Amino acid sequence: MVLQSLINGITIGGIYALIALGFVLIYKASKVLNFAQGELVMMGGFMCLALSGFLPIWMAVVLAVIISAFIGFLIEKVVLKPLIGEPILSVIMVTLGIAYMLRGLVLAVWGPDIRAFPQIFPEGAFEVNGVVIPYVYLGGLLLSLMAIIAFILFFTRTTIGVAMRAVADDQQAAMSLGISVEKIFAISWAISAVVAAIGGILVGNIYGGINVNFAFIGLKVFAVVILGGLDSVLGAIVGGIIIGVAESVGGTYLEPFVGGGFKDVFPLLLMLLIMAIKPYGLFGTERIERV
Amino acid sequence: MLHTEELNAGYKELHILFDVDTDVEKNKITTVVGPNGSGKSTLLKSIFGLTTVYSGRIIFRGEDITNLQPHNRTKKGIAYLPQIENVFGHLTVEENLKIAGYTLEKEGVKDRIDLALDVFPELTKYLKKRAGALSGGERQFLAIATALVRRAELLMLDEPTAQLSPKMAEVIFKKIVELRDRLKLTILLVEQNVTGALEISDNAYLLASGRVVFGGKAEELLKHDKFEEFCVGVGVEQV
Ligand SMILES: Nc1ncnc2c1ncn2[C@@H]1O[C@H](COP(=O)(O)OP(=O)(O)OP(=O)(O)O)[C@@H](O)[C@H]1O
Ligand SMILES: [Mg+2]
Repeated sequence: MVLQSLINGITIGGIYALIALGFVLIYKASKVLNFAQGELVMMGGFMCLALSGFLPIWMAVVLAVIISAFIGFLIEKVVLKPLIGEPILSVIMVTLGIAYMLRGLVLAVWGPDIRAFPQIFPEGAFEVNGVVIPYVYLGGLLLSLMAIIAFILFFTRTTIGVAMRAVADDQQAAMSLGISVEKIFAISWAISAVVAAIGGILVGNIYGGINVNFAFIGLKVFAVVILGGLDSVLGAIVGGIIIGVAESVGGTYLEPFVGGGFKDVFPLLLMLLIMAIKPYGLFGTERIERV
Repeated sequence: MLHTEELNAGYKELHILFDVDTDVEKNKITTVVGPNGSGKSTLLKSIFGLTTVYSGRIIFRGEDITNLQPHNRTKKGIAYLPQIENVFGHLTVEENLKIAGYTLEKEGVKDRIDLALDVFPELTKYLKKRAGALSGGERQFLAIATALVRRAELLMLDEPTAQLSPKMAEVIFKKIVELRDRLKLTILLVEQNVTGALEISDNAYLLASGRVVFGGKAEELLKHDKFEEFCVGVGVEQV
């Protein structure tokens, strides 16, 4: 039973981690808090849903991810690029605007009802020593793990990845090397939208259905990045797993005592607790004000 | 190789450099000295395009570059290593070298990295180490090495020996001479360690309050009767 709950938690946590990586990427590159990350998750899910109406499911998944990359790219190019040089706070407010816009779009097209989500993975489960692992969980875990590994390899091994970290480190210096900061921002938004879409599709599979409220995953992701540290890749991964497990264990063991809904509150309590001890998150860079 | 003509520059409304004429000769070491706040760093920043130029011109290899963006000046072969923060601390030594070649053709970069490591073999054992964890001297090595990867021909160094031990400072000076003699680079150096720098320099400028008060051979400046006065003025210990 404990093991069961742990495995569920790790799976959900792995997906949170993946989505959080997108958030961290944008924050590292441009110091922008992307308040639309949850909405990008929702969009990815709905896109896959729409495409699966006339395409084989796997093609729908791939296409949804590609279109998401394009949407991320477009958001940066059309909405955010004109804001380069404006105070960061205005850019952050604009991401909030994007969030509402995306929600509005989904409401207009699909309405508020829950839609059944097309299943990627075979139905059923397998059992080891009394622990039941449904294929959707196993598939979700494997896919999110693969995506996280791909993300890390990209970030550490490719030239663009290293250029992104250079921009994160010192924008001026990166520019003087001929790195186009604008291009890096656009790519970070595209990648962020991609991991969000993958996350959305995986969670959609696990929940079985989605509606516009799916964007609430954005809140979980906030908890993850605040816990792990806004600018830490490792923090996003560890934070994701902690929040996922806390949610699952909290739901299974604590909810019967403290009442329904505790599953969603427990991770936030945990986050507050850790924040009290480590204000910059578990792995975040402490910002030292220089005078 | 590079000269400034009647350069007037500063930060927005704050006028710092007044009618600065300099001539940085090819394959020579030119050193700029002067009291704190005299505008030495501002001169280097202006040549790299980081300040506001009010009037005058900056000519590099016969071409007027006064209005070029900094990254385009990099492409022309000008490298500027700021006084502080001249490497990416979060990246490894190897990544710093690789990213330096970002805008260059892939093939050439490998050779340039090999060349840079040949000049700074000290870095070879730290390739996987985070640049932020290097010692001050090693960071300077890395900063110069990245400029070599970028095929810089004019290397502008702002106080490369600041905060280094005298022994390390001497090593850096030796490397600078090696860059001139072996790689045929042109070097524009700003230094607080006046005597040490002038001893390895061919030419020198003395700046005071944003104006050139001396320009000529480095040895002349060392002998100049105003020089001692100036050194006392800035509180520089003559080593
Ligand atoms: N970014 C900036 N914005 C506004 N003023 C600046 C800036 N940087 C330097 N200054 C001013 O310009 C003047 C010249 O500074 P600069 O850094 O060129 O002097 P320096 O000769 O390099 O001095 P040091 O030996 O201390 O490095 C100083 O009065 C300084 O306060
Ligand atoms: Mg200076």
